[in-house]
Amino acid sequence: MNTEAIKDLLYKMADDALVIGHRNSEWTGIGPMLEEDLAFSSMAQDKVGHSQALYQIIHTVFGEREPDVLAFQRSEKEFKCCQLVELPIGEYDFSLIRHFLFDHAEALRYEMLTTSTLMPLAQLAKKVRGEIKYHVMHADTFLKQLANGSEESKARMQASLNYAMPYALGIFEKSAFEDTLIGEGVFGGEEKLQHLWLEKVTGIVTTAGLQMPQVDEAKIIYGGRKGFHSEYLKSLLDEMTEVTRIDPSAEW
Amino acid sequence: MYGNTSLTAEEAKVLNASVEDPQKLEAFEARITRGEKIEPGDWMPEQYRKQLIRMIEQHAHSEIVGALPEGTWITRAPNFKRKLALIAKVQDEIGHGQLLYSAAETLGKTREQMLMDLLSGKSKYSNVFNYPANTWADMAVIGFLVDGAAIVNQIINSKGSYGPYCRALERICYEESFHLKQGHDNFVYLATGTPVQRAMLQEALNRWYRPLLHFFGPSDRDSQHSEKLMKWRVKLASNDDMRNQFLDQYVPKIYELGLTLPDPELKKGDDGIWVFGDPDWDEFKRVINGDGPCNKERIEVRRYSELAHRWVREALLNPNEKYAIPMA
Repeated sequence: MNTEAIKDLLYKMADDALVIGHRNSEWTGIGPMLEEDLAFSSMAQDKVGHSQALYQIIHTVFGEREPDVLAFQRSEKEFKCCQLVELPIGEYDFSLIRHFLFDHAEALRYEMLTTSTLMPLAQLAKKVRGEIKYHVMHADTFLKQLANGSEESKARMQASLNYAMPYALGIFEKSAFEDTLIGEGVFGGEEKLQHLWLEKVTGIVTTAGLQMPQVDEAKIIYGGRKGFHSEYLKSLLDEMTEVTRIDPSAEW
Repeated sequence: MYGNTSLTAEEAKVLNASVEDPQKLEAFEARITRGEKIEPGDWMPEQYRKQLIRMIEQHAHSEIVGALPEGTWITRAPNFKRKLALIAKVQDEIGHGQLLYSAAETLGKTREQMLMDLLSGKSKYSNVFNYPANTWADMAVIGFLVDGAAIVNQIINSKGSYGPYCRALERICYEESFHLKQGHDNFVYLATGTPVQRAMLQEALNRWYRPLLHFFGPSDRDSQHSEKLMKWRVKLASNDDMRNQFLDQYVPKIYELGLTLPDPELKKGDDGIWVFGDPDWDEFKRVINGDGPCNKERIEVRRYSELAHRWVREALLNPNEKYAIPMA
């Protein structure tokens, strides 16, 4: 198996989960109602847990450092997350739309990975799939309700969808290893995933009465997978490592 | 003072002067004496209802406002273990708030009204959350000692007479005991860590000592007593008794780790009662009346959460064009 190709896949998935988990956790205490604080907080725990499990595979299977080191001590340039997950939480409509777009991609990605030839990843995918199912249910429920609630909520949903879509398409930025991963049966590839995702998301969005934004290829926000990030990732990582940096020799 | 009633002289007067139907009152008090729980639909004196709403509401506010200082450290927690524990812990606190608002709603006040009263300053929350969480060591002190103090209060209150509040507290205490474990683990890690970590913890402990003494409310000498609240099992222990129980349980644990507390007069008397230096009750009064380091910020954050998201709640309540297009 091509180690570099697999590590690249695992890093981008782990980094996505860690960073979106970080963002979701920011809703703890300030959500639109207590039930939503609880929901975003639950999803944050799951996402951070997924990232830990993926870093653990990188550590045990490929001999890289421990999950805590991989998450808390790599530089911004080494992160492979897409820019969608880096964006600040903004207002609730944006966070909800991001969660909807991202989690449908996650659900389909993990579904594809249940048949991966990389056994630890296939096993993890089977477990994670069951958790993401609930994230998607949450996103779909709120999207439908808010797209049909009031004039304001509908307008907000549509505006956030239009804003987020070029970033969401950046989830599927191809790596240099696509053919290798497909050929070795590790992962079915970003192109296939994007196709499945677009079909799924378009159905839900139009059923909810919103317009699916059309995005020119040139407007898609790529770069994250290759280490080119938005202005927000650096400050996010600085915040995340604030305590560790006080005394890097210490155990916390 | 989590869910702890302290009355002003005026409030005590109103409470003690209240008159109820003597027969109903007698039957009500007999039930409490027999150890029965009072349930939402049961007859209860107006003052019983009023004091319970006030106490449970204040407790609920304490949970959701208390989530704020710790919530700001979730994104900064230093590793996976601490991060996951802290998110789960703060989430539990919000969940406790939700549970307690529901318990208070059974007495006839809506959650929305309670939240509006929090924003207007009409109803209070625990004073301890008007202090800032400046460093990571504050997570250890809050998780271990503030939660420890809260458990002392909550276990006592769970033996009260109002069914829904007692049941909520039983579950809350169960979860809080896990919080205490994570707080203790963090506390011990820092106490036995590098000199930098130890210094951080000692500094945090020095800052939190006084708010912790204030936690249980003013000294019994300066509080208004109400035989009625004791008889009705709304208030079950005096402020000084709870404070003493807390000091007795936790001061030895702090000393065991070689840490100190910033109070030369603190010692346990031969009678088993802890004596401590004047914790500046004027400061307590100032802070509880709005002039603490974080009062304004805490309420501003809640106000943002309530007002900036009104559109979400309204949209969920008023689906005016629900599913205009068929779902399938």
